[in-house]
Amino acid sequence: MSAYRKPLPAVDDLNRPFWEGVRRRELRLLRCEGCGGYRFRSFRLCPKCGGDKATWVETSGKGTIWSYGIFHKAYFEGFKDEVPYNVVLVELAEGPRLYTNLVGARNDQIRIGMPVEAVFEDVTPEVTLVKFKPAG
Amino acid sequence: MPDLERLKRLRNRTAIVGVGASRQGTFPDLDPYTLAIEAFRSALDDCGLVRGDIDGLIVQGPGGVSFVRMGEMLGLNPVAGATFDIGGFATGPLIQYAALLLDSGICRNVALLYGNASRTEGRRFGGETTVTPGREYSSAFYYYGLTSPGAASAFQARLHFETYGTTSRQLAAVPVAQRRHAALNPQAIKKDSPLTVEKHQRSRFICEPLRLYDYCLINDGGVALIMTTAERAKDRRKRPVYLMGLGRHDTYRHSSLPNYLLWRETMPMAAEMAFGMAGIGRDDVDALMIYDSFSINIWFALENFGFCKPGEAGAFTQDGRIELGGEIPVNTHGGHLAESYMQGWLHQVEAVRQLRGECGARQVRGAEIVQYICRGNVASTLIYRN
Ligand SMILES: [Zn+2]
Repeated sequence: MSAYRKPLPAVDDLNRPFWEGVRRRELRLLRCEGCGGYRFRSFRLCPKCGGDKATWVETSGKGTIWSYGIFHKAYFEGFKDEVPYNVVLVELAEGPRLYTNLVGARNDQIRIGMPVEAVFEDVTPEVTLVKFKPAG
Repeated sequence: MPDLERLKRLRNRTAIVGVGASRQGTFPDLDPYTLAIEAFRSALDDCGLVRGDIDGLIVQGPGGVSFVRMGEMLGLNPVAGATFDIGGFATGPLIQYAALLLDSGICRNVALLYGNASRTEGRRFGGETTVTPGREYSSAFYYYGLTSPGAASAFQARLHFETYGTTSRQLAAVPVAQRRHAALNPQAIKKDSPLTVEKHQRSRFICEPLRLYDYCLINDGGVALIMTTAERAKDRRKRPVYLMGLGRHDTYRHSSLPNYLLWRETMPMAAEMAFGMAGIGRDDVDALMIYDSFSINIWFALENFGFCKPGEAGAFTQDGRIELGGEIPVNTHGGHLAESYMQGWLHQVEAVRQLRGECGARQVRGAEIVQYICRGNVASTLIYRN
């Protein structure tokens, strides 16, 4: 079995709960205890209300495609064998947007507004990535 | 909204009096400082000042070109020096800062120096070397293969295409127009490489839907501007080009993600500010210099500054409307797509040369007002008059 050669996420104290959640097949977001707003980025303070209390909560894992790009140039050595590959921007039902890959569809089937849902892919023994597939 | 009444007092109070450009291309023996200084010498000569007259030093360039080091090399001890750490977005804001230094009396003559050796340094605009976790603007989600400013523009282009029914073929009109302009510009790197819509359509995708010719050049070069107050400008060698209006608007929301908005939340406010300060309307503008790291930027500028309606830039940019002789010529020097990638600085040089009537075959007849526009989460604009 060949080693995973794509870049891996940088896990730090702030985003560790996200990556641990993904490992357990949960897509978690930080929810502010002050205003109830969700945020993807693990900032310490809530950009909406300034509140400093937030908890990681599991989301629906559902969303829609906001936009997307198809990479024909392999900027990363590890992606060389996969061009052209897609990167999609998903707007989660809870509000925040995140970039990811769409699986289970051809690149020419991707459309803005397409409903999608989270799937989880163990890429190394330690790391799982959340990707999305067409909902339904 | 800014205090427009107060801002109007800054109208025509400062001017660009000297412009200079180094050689543009690939120069393995030269660094950004050397290139910037080559341009600086030419700008000093252009306006008839000497190095010792400069008491404000603004320096910019990719890879952290330092005003302190530049000042050391030039033997300058100015009243004020500065760099803004926002890459290509900085050009408009730095010229605005220079205007404030001058109008306030802090400085008498400000030099703005730009040096770029990206080609020689092998600078990458995507991939491993640009992944900097913690500063995620250009590298968020890199583990999905997302990277490069071009990809961010590709997401925006896709959003525009699917929302408004615009196409890559329509977008081709932008690089085609700019190559035509470059053919009339002796300084343009692509002066001998014409482009057609068909050639654009046959070219390879980099990040689809953007193709090779939708991407800017990467090359080496330097640019310099000399600015002074309106009173002092009259004593300089050539006709002053006055800063008539300026605008800026930022949004920091979503700044840690690559661009995916069409800049409706920044550019229209910057436009309103600049037109309000200058006391002119869009119809008064004779040419536009638009920051064009990617062809799609032209559409965002035209739509968000009201030169056409949102969603209509695809149709608007057809039929030579943005070419010399058209309704509103855009990037008459060729811009980043065809002249040289100097992050907006040569756009200022072209604005000045157009307003002085120095542009020869690519001269916009009777040009009196030229506007610079840069898109982004730090959107900025400058309105110049002669
Ligand atoms: Zn909050």
